[in-house]
Amino acid sequence: MSTVAAVVLFAGVLAYAVLGGADYGAGFWDLTAGGAERGRRPRHLVDESLAPVWEANHVWLIFCLVMLWTAFPPAFAAIMTTLYIPLGLAALGIVARGSGFAFRKVFVRTEQQRVAGAAFAASSVLAPFFLGTVAGGIASGRVPTAGLGDPISSWLNPTSLLGGVLAVLVCAFVAAVFLAAEARRRGEDDLETWFRRRAQVTAVVTGVVALTGIAILRADAPRLFDELLTRGLVLVVGSAACGLAALALLRRAAPRQVQGLAVLAVAAVVAGWGVAQYPYLLGTHVSIGDAAAPTATLWALTAVAAAAVLIVVPSMGLLFVLAQRGRLESS
Amino acid sequence: MTGAVRGRTEGVSLALAAAGVGRLAAGSSQVLPAREQMAFTLGFHIILVPFGVAFTFMMLIANYRGLRRHDQHALRLARRWSQVSGVLFAVGAVSGTVLSFELGLLWPRLMGPFGAAYGLPFAVEGLFFFVEAIFVAIYIYGWDRMRPWSHFWTGVPVVLSGVGGTASVVAANGWMNQPAGITVRDGRVVGVQPLRVFFNDAFWYEALHMLLAAYMVAGFVTAGVYAAGMLRGRRDRLHRLGLLIPLTVAAVTTPVQFFVGDVAAREVFQLEPAKFAAIEALPTTGDHVPEVLGGVLVDGEVRYGIDIPSGASLLSGYSPDTRILGLDAIPADVRPADHLVTTVHLAFDVMVGIGTALLALSFWFAVLWWRRREAPENPWFLRATAVSGVLAVLALESGWVVTEVGRQPWTVVGLLLTRDAAAPGGNLWLFFGATVALYAAVGFGTLFVLRLMRRRWQEAERGGDDAEVDDEVPYGPSRARELDRSPGGGA
Ligand code: HDD
Ligand code: HEM
Ligand code: HEM
Repeated sequence: MSTVAAVVLFAGVLAYAVLGGADYGAGFWDLTAGGAERGRRPRHLVDESLAPVWEANHVWLIFCLVMLWTAFPPAFAAIMTTLYIPLGLAALGIVARGSGFAFRKVFVRTEQQRVAGAAFAASSVLAPFFLGTVAGGIASGRVPTAGLGDPISSWLNPTSLLGGVLAVLVCAFVAAVFLAAEARRRGEDDLETWFRRRAQVTAVVTGVVALTGIAILRADAPRLFDELLTRGLVLVVGSAACGLAALALLRRAAPRQVQGLAVLAVAAVVAGWGVAQYPYLLGTHVSIGDAAAPTATLWALTAVAAAAVLIVVPSMGLLFVLAQRGRLESS
Repeated sequence: MTGAVRGRTEGVSLALAAAGVGRLAAGSSQVLPAREQMAFTLGFHIILVPFGVAFTFMMLIANYRGLRRHDQHALRLARRWSQVSGVLFAVGAVSGTVLSFELGLLWPRLMGPFGAAYGLPFAVEGLFFFVEAIFVAIYIYGWDRMRPWSHFWTGVPVVLSGVGGTASVVAANGWMNQPAGITVRDGRVVGVQPLRVFFNDAFWYEALHMLLAAYMVAGFVTAGVYAAGMLRGRRDRLHRLGLLIPLTVAAVTTPVQFFVGDVAAREVFQLEPAKFAAIEALPTTGDHVPEVLGGVLVDGEVRYGIDIPSGASLLSGYSPDTRILGLDAIPADVRPADHLVTTVHLAFDVMVGIGTALLALSFWFAVLWWRRREAPENPWFLRATAVSGVLAVLALESGWVVTEVGRQPWTVVGLLLTRDAAAPGGNLWLFFGATVALYAAVGFGTLFVLRLMRRRWQEAERGGDDAEVDDEVPYGPSRARELDRSPGGGA
């Protein structure tokens, strides 16, 4: 039963990595789009395509938190008492990001837009970075069973930094692919090229960082490294293959196809982490079973997850279909 | 229920040790900043909640009316309100996310031992959040691009999930007040009965009371904005409708709220005697207890209050002989300090005082409406309505102070003391400072953005800029045919 709950939790992490990640990445491109005039069109596209979906995508984070604290309460407490600095910063970043985004759409004067936009874009980069460091701290076993681990070195360490940087890059990559597809749908060819180029560059950079990362993991988190290259190997290779295929196709094919590959590449690498870590929740000292809540709780959570599949998934599908067909645009 | 909740504080410290977060230096606990931060961020979040829960309902009323009667003004209102709710929903969502983090960052020793039970209602809430966030987006961005009635129906899940979401969060809060459905053995939560956790004894009246409060707040605040506009001379049809719809909702809700509040008070009298003693600021147990209005508790004595002889006994048990437990009935080591009691007592008076005033306003509205059947123009009535929104928010905040501070020193009554729940280390004051600064900016930004939107609408109307005003009518002339063709259109 505890494994079922862990799978549900991890499915939430996956969904957040892909969907939330694409949203964060859009903020990355917003941040780097250049001055007010030059960056006007990319920013406009970011605005338009993000507005209807970001809140729904964001709920996956809530879902993960809630699943974690209900299904594995001691692990949640241990994580929170150890990694409170990056988590607190991520929480504040999320506030700045959401409000900045909502405000910018209303503002008309350039200075106002600039302030709100900067809050949105800068925190879009910081929040995934901090969440990535949290993942790195957990994966490399720096959260003690009893919590209260080192508040600094638990997230300022090689694996965490790798996690943070990779998170930002992966978000940027997925977002660039999604935005290229969106630009094409709108028939804005030059914007499509603009985002395609950026997708290519980030794909290459992400690949290089991931390769370097393997060396880092080997030194800093040997068990994770071993498991990734044995049990997780299929997924790691699959992720790399999808990434390469996406890169190759980015030159020519319709961005819609690349979109699927990009999602697969990201999902596979996150799933690789999950598989490599199994059956442990924290490092190699707290297993899923150790931290699990009483069975009745786990059953109740499974029921909630089933309800989510029945209710939330179709609704979300509807939202995405409407958005893709251009039925959700502010006039 | 009490049978299931075994083990008092000793048991809990064992549970904490089992959860591994019990080995702590007692001195470094962060209770004070944690409480300040929790109160501040919850107090902020709760102001936005009524707009996600109840304001959307008023928006749908306007939309419905617009479609049924081909009323362009009502449609314009619905569309503007959806834009307002878009902004408020975003700020509400992110401030709620911070709360989720805070449950772990500030209260790890609540979540560790009790998360398996306390977390459950939040999991249910997650479902409602999904539905709400998805359909809010479809509704807000779907104007113009969907068939009018289909578009209307996409708003309905928003209102329903608002009800469900409120019920779920408040279920968690009710469980802190009257924990149920857990078995604690050897200091560990070994058994959970999910339904008992969710439907705890405080759930029904707290959830209903909060839901009604959301409708009152959204109603009076919105009506207040339009009343202020009418006082400044803007008495067009748009303003009249903008006053009538929310005010009607609020005026219908208020008497019900009065009744539910009374039920809540009697339940608290029965089930949470310590909180009730604080509400009444009652130092000693006895009968013929007077109702004290105002006043502060100093050294076990209430000063500067106005007594209504036997009032409290009459209200809580319908008889002057009703015996009410006082603060002296609480064991000394868990008896709340005088200033906490005073806070709870005064907050209760504020809530009930405002409730009474709003009830009077609702009756006044009913009388004016009954006489003229149109939006009242009486300036005194409009002035009262203009401030009613602020009052309703104040009542909402005061009610939460009653519930939360009235629970002290417990976080989970009888099971976990607040000082044992707080984060054991770190420096939360820094986090608190950063949060206050950021929230100040966000709060200011929200007001600024709303004013900006209002000014834009006013300019469009004043300038007779028909193009822009028409633009705002979502299913404008070119869409009139579609309106009639759509399923249910014109029916
Ligand atoms: C518009 C807001 C509003 C108004 C007019 C009232 N209340 Fe209230 N009250 C709240 C908004 C509120 C709340 C939403 O803030 C609380 C906090 C927790 C809850 O369930 O509702 C609350 C709590 C609360 C509690 C504590 C419940 C608990 O701790 O479990 C009591 C006893 C009352 N109320 C009683 C009343 C009475 C007798 C009222 C008569 C006028 C009244 N309230 C009006
Ligand atoms: C009586 C108390 C509360 C009520 C009625 C309530 C209700 C709501 C509602 C209706 C929303 C949707 C957004 C909006 O309309 O502004 C929301 C957002 C949120 N609330 Fe609260 N809330 C309460 C307290 C809390 C608490 C204590 C927590 C967490 C510990 C919390 C966590 C959240 C989260 C995570 C969101 C964001 C969901 C999203 O992204 O859509 N809320 N809340
Ligand atoms: C939304 C309106 C709410 C307000 C204004 C509010 C206010 C407060 C205040 C003032 C405190 C500090 C108590 C003290 O200093 O004596 C507190 C604590 C707390 N509240 Fe609430 N609260 C609200 C709703 C909720 C809800 C819905 C939940 C949970 C579902 C909740 C959970 C907590 C927790 C966990 C604490 C810390 C433990 C404690 O001090 O008892 N609150 N809240």
